Amino acid sequence: MTLTLQNIANALHLGVETGHDLLERGVNGGYAGDMLSDVLAHAREGDVWITLQTHPNIVAVASAKELCGIIIVNGRAPAVETLRKAGEEHVPILVSPLATYDLVCRLGELGVKNREGV
Amino acid sequence: MHIHTCLSPCASLEMSPGNIVGEAKRKGLQVIGICDHNSAENVPAVSKTAAREGITVIGGMEVTSKEEVHILALLGSEESLFALQKIVHESLQGTNDEKLYGEQVIVNEEEEVIGFSDKLLIGATGITIERLVDLIHGLDGLAIAAHVDREGFGIIGQLGFIPEGLPLDALELADPSKRDCVPHGHHFPFITSSDAHKVEDVGRRSTTFLAPALSTTEIRRCLSGVEGRSARI
Repeated sequence: MTLTLQNIANALHLGVETGHDLLERGVNGGYAGDMLSDVLAHAREGDVWITLQTHPNIVAVASAKELCGIIIVNGRAPAVETLRKAGEEHVPILVSPLATYDLVCRLGELGVKNREGV
Repeated sequence: MHIHTCLSPCASLEMSPGNIVGEAKRKGLQVIGICDHNSAENVPAVSKTAAREGITVIGGMEVTSKEEVHILALLGSEESLFALQKIVHESLQGTNDEKLYGEQVIVNEEEEVIGFSDKLLIGATGITIERLVDLIHGLDGLAIAAHVDREGFGIIGQLGFIPEGLPLDALELADPSKRDCVPHGHHFPFITSSDAHKVEDVGRRSTTFLAPALSTTEIRRCLSGVEGRSARI
């Protein structure tokens, strides 16, 4: 069974900053990275993206790569403009007080899929 | 427009005012920009040394934004430069570890060591890139995205693309042949500079400004091509 953003948000106590109505999206996998050029090059459609960047450009990247959503780590708050754009582009943004490594470990424990063959 | 001094932890300790100015003179540079990481404390010393040799110094900083993008801030006066430095330092967390990152030496125009910066100059500020460009422009300075063709700390590497409407004055290329790294639709002027961390690298790349005088105001006019002025890489 594919986990949804809602399942993950509930299990990991994520804050939902925007996109409450989009949380039934399935999470196909995940990608963690803070260099947006790298995320553009390597993330895959349906991935949930874990990052500490809060700049509005994250919405464009998530949108272009058709990611299912973004989780911002370390308790960082997304910029106001980021939230506005996320609303427009239908990109859910969630937040966690955990650091990237810890959050990724928890996602793995929950059963968010790894890349095939890895 | 982008030379480091011995204040930058990653720069050679040989990057003293005398050595930088001497090399600039040998390379035939008329104006040099001094941009250490997140600090401007060696600008006065280089300016005084350069004045003796008839070279103009534009004082600046290579500021690390919250997104870890490097922005060159070139300011027209030491007053505005140190006003920006105050904001940058207030936003910079941590203390330097000389063994890990290198020494951050503050010098005077007599080449004497007058202190060491204990700030973590290699770190990032908490200032967003938009706010940083605003702050620089509020002080009548130039905001230039540094080494946009480099992945690490370049605006395109860090942010994927240049945020729409960000009013940068120019883009700096580490390799002047790489204009194509900038996505289509942008019309920023380009500069290139040495980003020298070692004495022999001063002047290894430079930008030619055709202008009646040497100042940030004139450089801004050159970048916009006002009234016959130009910036050529």
